[in-house]
Amino acid sequence: MATFFVLVLSRGSGDPLLLYANSGYGLTEEGERVLREKLGLNKPVPIQYAYWLGRTLRGDMGETILDRKPVARIVFQKLPSTLQLAAASWILATIVGVPLGVLSAVRRGTFFDYLGRSFALLGQAVPQFWLGLVFILIFAVYLDWLPAGLKGESAWDIKYLILPTITLAWGAMAGYLRLTRTAMLEVLDSEYIRLARAKGVANSKVIWKHAFRNALIQPLTASTLILSGFLTGAVLVETIFAWPGMGDAAIRAVNNNDFPLLQGFVFFFTILFVATTFITDILYAYIDPRIRYD
Amino acid sequence: MTTNKESSSVSEAQVKRVNSRSIFSKALYFMRRWPLIPILIMVVLLVTGIFADWIAPVDELEQNLAFRNMAPTWGKANPCCDPETGLPYENQEAKPEQFGCEMDPEGVGGLNCDSVRGRSEYMRAKKESLPRRKYILGGDNLGRDVLSRIVHGARISLQVVAIALTSGIIVGTLMGLVAGYFGKWVDEVLMRIVDVWIALPFILIALVIAQRFLHSGGASFYVVVGLIALLAWTPFVRQVRADVLSIRSRDYVMAARTAGASHMRVIFRHILPGTMSTVLVIASLRVGQLILAEASLSFLGAGIPDPIPAWGKSVKDGKDFIEDAWWISFWPGFAIFLVVMALNFFGDWLRDRLDPRLSQIE
Repeated sequence: MATFFVLVLSRGSGDPLLLYANSGYGLTEEGERVLREKLGLNKPVPIQYAYWLGRTLRGDMGETILDRKPVARIVFQKLPSTLQLAAASWILATIVGVPLGVLSAVRRGTFFDYLGRSFALLGQAVPQFWLGLVFILIFAVYLDWLPAGLKGESAWDIKYLILPTITLAWGAMAGYLRLTRTAMLEVLDSEYIRLARAKGVANSKVIWKHAFRNALIQPLTASTLILSGFLTGAVLVETIFAWPGMGDAAIRAVNNNDFPLLQGFVFFFTILFVATTFITDILYAYIDPRIRYD
Repeated sequence: MTTNKESSSVSEAQVKRVNSRSIFSKALYFMRRWPLIPILIMVVLLVTGIFADWIAPVDELEQNLAFRNMAPTWGKANPCCDPETGLPYENQEAKPEQFGCEMDPEGVGGLNCDSVRGRSEYMRAKKESLPRRKYILGGDNLGRDVLSRIVHGARISLQVVAIALTSGIIVGTLMGLVAGYFGKWVDEVLMRIVDVWIALPFILIALVIAQRFLHSGGASFYVVVGLIALLAWTPFVRQVRADVLSIRSRDYVMAARTAGASHMRVIFRHILPGTMSTVLVIASLRVGQLILAEASLSFLGAGIPDPIPAWGKSVKDGKDFIEDAWWISFWPGFAIFLVVMALNFFGDWLRDRLDPRLSQIE
C-alpha cells in the first residue's frame, strides 16, 4: 500500500505559501524589518516550514491577524459544527442513496428506474450553492417552515440542520444511487445469483442476502471518500447557510487576508482528509479479499 | 444460402415496416436517437457566449442604482404599447427634462437636477416606464441587468472551460500515451503522481492559491483558468493509458515498429488516433464538472474578479438579497444547472453511442 505513504507526504499542504504576502499594512521600514524577524520570514522557506510544523504539532498555530486570538482555539471551536454537518449529510446520503440504488437496479427498466436515474443525473448536475439557495427560497422565504441559516444553540436543535444536510447530501445521494445501481446490476447478472435462483431460493432473499452484500463493496469504499469529500467540501453549503463551521470561517479568512487562521484551517482539513483516505485504504484492503494478496 | 435469403427477406419486411410508419413515429424515433434538447441547450450556450455583445439587451456592466434590486420586467406590469398612440413604450421612456433634470453636458457627472425631489421622481418614473425589453430578468444589487450578466457570463464560462479543458486534454493525453507506451517504471511513476493528485482536495488547494493571488493583485482570470486546468487533466490519463495498452499490442502497431518507425511516429500516427474517441467522451463528460468547479470558485469569491460577470459570482451577489430579490441568484444558478445537465446528458449519450464498452467511464 504505497499509496498511503504518498498520501502522508502530501500532507505538506499546510501551505507555507501563506507566510508571504505580508505587506501593505502601513508599516515603516523599521517596523517591517522587526516584524519580519519576529515572524521568521527572513529565513529560507524549508526552515520556515520546519518551524511552522514544529509549532503546530505542539499546538501553537499562531494568532489570527484580525483579533490576535489563538488560531488553535478558533479551529477547535468551529470543528464540531463541520463534523456534525458532514456526519449528518453522510448518513443521509447513504440511507437514501444506497437503497434507492438497489431498488433502481432490481426494478430495472421500469418507471421507478427511470425516476432513479433521472434523479441521479440531476443530482450530479445541480450546483450545490444554487440548490441551497433554492431550498432557502422555498422553505424559508415562501413557506417559512425552516430557518434559513445559522445554527441552533444546542447540538440537538436539528431544525437548523435539515436544509444544509439535504443540500450537501444531494449530490452524494445521486452518486450513491448510480454506484449502487451499477454494482447491483453487475452482481445480479453473475453466475452464483443465477445458481441461487435456480436452486429455488426466494427472490427477496436472493436480492438481499446474496446480491446486496457483494454489491456493497464499491459503495462502501466510496463512502469514506465521500465523507472526506464532505469534510472539505462543506465549504459551499456552510457559506450559504451561514453554518458556523470550518469551511465558512476559512472563506472569511481568505477574504480577510488572514493567513495564520487560514493556515490552521488548511492544516486541519488536510489532517482530516488524510485520515479518512487512510481509513479508506485500509477498509478497502480488508473488505475485498482479492486485494489482500496484492 | 438459406440464411442469406432469410436475412434479406427479414430486412425487406423490416424496411417496409419502417417506411410505412407515420411521420410522427419517425420523428419520435429520430428524437430518441439524438439528444435534441441537450444539443439545443449547448448550441444556445455557444451562440450566447460568442455573440454576447449583440445578444445582451443592455450593457451588462452599466451600474445604475435606480434599478437596484429591481423586479423583473418580464411578464409584469409594463404593457408593450401605449393604448392611444400604439407606439411601443420605448419612446415613452421618462425624460430627464420632465422633472427638472438634465444630463451633464460633458457626460461625466451624470444627472444634474434642480431639486432632490425632482431627481427621485425622475428615477421612479424611469423605472416604471422602462420598456419591456430591458431588465427582463430583473436588476441585481448594483442595478445591472441580470439577463445581460448571464449572457456575458456564458462567454466567461466558455472561455475558462475551453482553455482549461484543452490544456487538460493535452497534458493528460500525453501522460497517458507515455505511460502506456513506455511502460515499466515510467508508467509506475506517472501513475503514482496521478494518484496523489487525485487524492488532493481540490477546494482547499484552490482556496489557498486563490488567496495568495487575490490580495496581491495579479492576473486573476488566468489563475482561475489554471486552477480549473489542474482539476481537468487527471481523468484523461487513466483512460488513455488503458487505451494505449490495448492498442499497443495490435498488429498494425507491431508492423509499424517492425518497419522501423520511431517511437514518436508510432505514438502519434498510429496510437493516438485510436484514443481519440475515448478522449472525446471523457471531455464531454467532464466539461460539466469543470463549469461547476469554476462556478463554485467564483461563488466563494476566489474566482473571476469584478466586474466581469461570471455565473457563480452572480449567485454570490444575490445571496444576501434572497428574500427581496430572489432573481439575482436564481437565474444565474439556473443557467449553470441547465448547462451542466445538458452537457452531462450529452456526454452520456456520446459515450453510449461511441462505444458501449466505455460505459465504465464515470
